[in-house]
Amino acid sequence: MQRVTILLGALALLAPAAAAQAQTPPELQSQCGSCHALTKPENPTLDRLWTRKGPDLWYAGNKFNRDWLVKWLQKPTPIRPGGVLWFNHAKPGDPRDTLDTASVPVHPSVDAAAAAKFADALMSLKAPGLTDAPVSTEGASIMMGKLAFSKLRGCSSCHQDKPGEGGLSGPELYSARERLKPEYVYAYTKDPQKFDRYVWMPRTSLSEPDLQKLTAYIMSIGKGAN
Amino acid sequence: MARIKLAAPVLAALLVAATSSAAEESAPSQTMSRVYDTYCAQCHGLERNGKGVNTVALSVQPRDHSDPKGMGSLPREEMRSAIRDGGASVNKSSLMPAWNSVLTDQQIDQMIDYLHSVCHCGGSN
Repeated sequence: MQRVTILLGALALLAPAAAAQAQTPPELQSQCGSCHALTKPENPTLDRLWTRKGPDLWYAGNKFNRDWLVKWLQKPTPIRPGGVLWFNHAKPGDPRDTLDTASVPVHPSVDAAAAAKFADALMSLKAPGLTDAPVSTEGASIMMGKLAFSKLRGCSSCHQDKPGEGGLSGPELYSARERLKPEYVYAYTKDPQKFDRYVWMPRTSLSEPDLQKLTAYIMSIGKGAN
Repeated sequence: MARIKLAAPVLAALLVAATSSAAEESAPSQTMSRVYDTYCAQCHGLERNGKGVNTVALSVQPRDHSDPKGMGSLPREEMRSAIRDGGASVNKSSLMPAWNSVLTDQQIDQMIDYLHSVCHCGGSN
């Protein structure tokens, strides 16, 4: 009886991981799993960032807008100027290092039906607790957010908010409004290490109003006035 | 001749000691080189010369870590504060972010040692 209890206890411990794995749609596992992490890595390491071929997708449902996914999967365009890890496509130079953007691999494209299927499957990959809090940027100053992005908080050191304007080691944000959910932008800006302990965007001490302004600005880019 | 025979094992022992010491030193240095490539090189450059890819968007030039003159005069505590708490903590550019969410205090100390090896300067304490 004691042995049964121990066995049941052990199974209960294994159950959440097995259940999470089982939730990954099989078409994603076969088509996307060799390049993207579809479940949260159990033991993330710095070396993992250097060997992975694509960004993590285990929280894709928290991150992306479905409509954007459907469009992008049919006609993928670069989001990270230097690929998933900018360093691998950087060359030393003067007056500065440059990126060999031609060497960045192009993501395979799929037809409309497959794109819709993949988008649905990706939207099912959600991590509870990552971006659950609804974000309201109502009343937050977009103009002050732009100032924080460009000058005060240094976001533009790594991210572009217009094509050709901004740093190159992070993903471009001029398509963020179409691509990302505001809850994700807020949560990632607040604490990137919550998503990946080793990612090269550090956590900065942003106040709540700063987070709201930055989120408001990033979600406004490309919307008329900007 | 006897002196030579005696000297040979001593030299061999010294060589082994020096080799293992170099190996011990190179392990953290190699690790820190990878850490630098991941977090610092985007602004401070592949060659640690302040010419990283992101300087295209920076209003101030990041520090040239290969410069023995500029690096050699930096107090260790100032370097520690700049890496851990960001440039503003040492009255430098706020564009240098705080890395304490990524690097441990031990890694920051190892990074300072690594930076001294990059500039070939001991730095002041």
